[in-house]
Amino acid sequence: MKKTLALILAVVMCVCLFAGCGGSADAGSTPASGDSGSSASAGSAGESGSGSGSTASGAAFKLGGIGPLTGGAAIYGNAAKNGATIAAEEINALGGIQIDLRYEDDAHDAEKSVNAYNTLKGWGMQISLGSVTSTPGVATSVEANNDHVFYLTPSASSTDVLGGIANPLTGTVDIPRKDTIFQMCFVDPNQGSASAQYISDQNLGSKIAVIYKNDDVYSTGVYNSFAPKAAELGLDIVSTTTFTEDTKTDFSVQLNDAKANGADLVFLPMYYDAAALILTQASAMGYSPKWFGIDGMDGILSVDGFDTALAEGVMLLTPFNADSDDARTKSFVEKYQAAYGEIPNQFAADGYDCVYAIYEALNNAGVTDTSLSASDLCDILIEQFTSMTFDGLTGDGMTWGTDGAVTKSPKGMFIQNGVYVGMD
Amino acid sequence: MKKLDRAARTNLLTYGFVILAFVILQLLSRSPSFSPTLRGQLVPICAYVVMALSLNLTVGILGELSLGHAGFMSVGAFSGAVAAAALQNAIPSPGLRLALALVIGAILAGVVGALISVPVLRLNGDYLAIVTLAFGQIIKSLIENFYVGVDSAGLHFSFLKPSISLGEGGRMILNGPMGIPNVAKISTFTAGFLLIMVTLFIIFNLVRSRAGRAIMALRDNRIAAESVGINVTKYKMMAFVTSAALAGAAGALFALGQNTIVAVKFDFNTSILILVFVVLGGLGNMWGSIIAAAALTILPEALRQLRDYRMLIYAVVLIVVMLTTNSPQLKALLGRLLPHNEEKEAS
Repeated sequence: MKKTLALILAVVMCVCLFAGCGGSADAGSTPASGDSGSSASAGSAGESGSGSGSTASGAAFKLGGIGPLTGGAAIYGNAAKNGATIAAEEINALGGIQIDLRYEDDAHDAEKSVNAYNTLKGWGMQISLGSVTSTPGVATSVEANNDHVFYLTPSASSTDVLGGIANPLTGTVDIPRKDTIFQMCFVDPNQGSASAQYISDQNLGSKIAVIYKNDDVYSTGVYNSFAPKAAELGLDIVSTTTFTEDTKTDFSVQLNDAKANGADLVFLPMYYDAAALILTQASAMGYSPKWFGIDGMDGILSVDGFDTALAEGVMLLTPFNADSDDARTKSFVEKYQAAYGEIPNQFAADGYDCVYAIYEALNNAGVTDTSLSASDLCDILIEQFTSMTFDGLTGDGMTWGTDGAVTKSPKGMFIQNGVYVGMD
Repeated sequence: MKKLDRAARTNLLTYGFVILAFVILQLLSRSPSFSPTLRGQLVPICAYVVMALSLNLTVGILGELSLGHAGFMSVGAFSGAVAAAALQNAIPSPGLRLALALVIGAILAGVVGALISVPVLRLNGDYLAIVTLAFGQIIKSLIENFYVGVDSAGLHFSFLKPSISLGEGGRMILNGPMGIPNVAKISTFTAGFLLIMVTLFIIFNLVRSRAGRAIMALRDNRIAAESVGINVTKYKMMAFVTSAALAGAAGALFALGQNTIVAVKFDFNTSILILVFVVLGGLGNMWGSIIAAAALTILPEALRQLRDYRMLIYAVVLIVVMLTTNSPQLKALLGRLLPHNEEKEAS
């Protein structure tokens, strides 16, 4: 027994060590990573040397974000954090309203996420950039709503984050609306029904297979809205298979089922890591249908060791296109590449838009007093958000309703020669 | 006055230590400048302490390695949270609802523990570890496919497919893989403290009873214990089921202190985390488990200032503590520093 124990503990140590390595990409990037509990935020904004004009004003609004900076979902947390960092640097350089941004790690876990939220609260956070992923977002949104803190999440797309939206399966509203919570991304059901609509409108496939991850809030949420919409539009779903966190290494059963049923389009509502494996395994078994993903698929091109040629022709529905000719997008992509050495994905753009949306709302309201309490700011921001129209990288003319969900139009994209290209 | 023996003194010291820690933390948390992070962690710390204590009963006292302890926590967490949500209107008092949820969580986890102990306790050592590991995974998969809704007619259950039709005013409580997205937070630090005291009371009394001596005899030498007529199955089951029930209560306490719970939270990693608490605190050493569980829950949050090096330092601290607490030189040094103990051992 002692030997077993020793072995297991040794393995755990190794896992811990690797988990620690995951976050190395974001070293020293936050412009104003003030020490916890320090009240002199203005000084710390300049210390890290990244925000050139950030010391111009004496005080700054404290924005706190939470996301998985380590662990399996780290690519999303780091992307959102990097995007938000670039926005904060740009805004601080303008010299008007100053922003002090701090991100905390939650490793995609609800319990740690609440700890991170409390840490930010102790730091004096006035406005929350929410959680990046859905399950932690469900937990932190409750805290923010209880504390009456304005909470704009870049990418936690579950309806449970907002509350007040009927469960698509039972038609019941299980969680009352959390008034202070807003989303920058599409809410999951919109993604599912928009995907079904897109596939039907563009006539992309006649026989459709779906593979989704049934222990994931995001994946299940999209599927649950995709299936009824597909049925309504008369799409022929020939195969529906699932996998879980523990079985996400082998997809031969799911792929064989899709192949045996003659599916010519496979819908993959999941994150990119599993999708990369699916594409690799399908290629190995000589199965090459059309692939259709959603925003979680974004990031597949930066998976280590993934042959991007396999992703050739993959379609995905995402609101952001890094190859766009739009001047703001071009400048953002350039800055991002210079700072972090990779092409920004949709999560980075969402993070960037979140900071700018808050900045614009503060400007519209004419708020300059950085000593305002989080609760007062919350009232001002809710009023602004439900009335303003915002143009960002992830869409023009975005508006928010009192339900907290954003209205913007998704862009169909496909992968060509290793880059995303807009579909028309 | 009759002199208390060493074990009784340790037990009393442990009770005293827990009470002291509770009083200090309770006084500190009155002040508004008390760290919000630590304030939010008080309930999870209590839950993890109870988890570590209950696992210590299986690993330290019974001497069987269990790798599925989070499975019992999961059973307790989901049954307790569902019960609390279903009784929201029937029992308005949150304290009473919490107590009932803890009891329901403990009973259900105990029943599950009894069920799996039938096949499991035929096994020993590594085989038992493997089966408990599988058990943890099975529980996770089951809960991921379980749907519970409530309306005026009562609870509705469904398995695999969320085919529940709810009447007017109904709502879903457990949504399969999405877990319970809106747990009403009713766990308090005081309730957590009381649960720790009850757990300590149960474990200390079990260990110091006739049954406890039988259990430890089984651990030390099974064949010898059997030869003097100790009923192996009965005593093994007693320890195992008690441990499972306590873990269930801890799970309910934990779940009702969270905003949302999902089945993946209680996976293999959580089982191992609890095992790390137990091993770090010392097998069979209850106060060691309490300190290890509390310290290792606070540590990752306290290290947040270190940013990217946080998890690296955490792992290094674990290794250093493991090495130093097992070093004979350090033990000898401690022995010299505490002559009191030496005298005790000599007597």
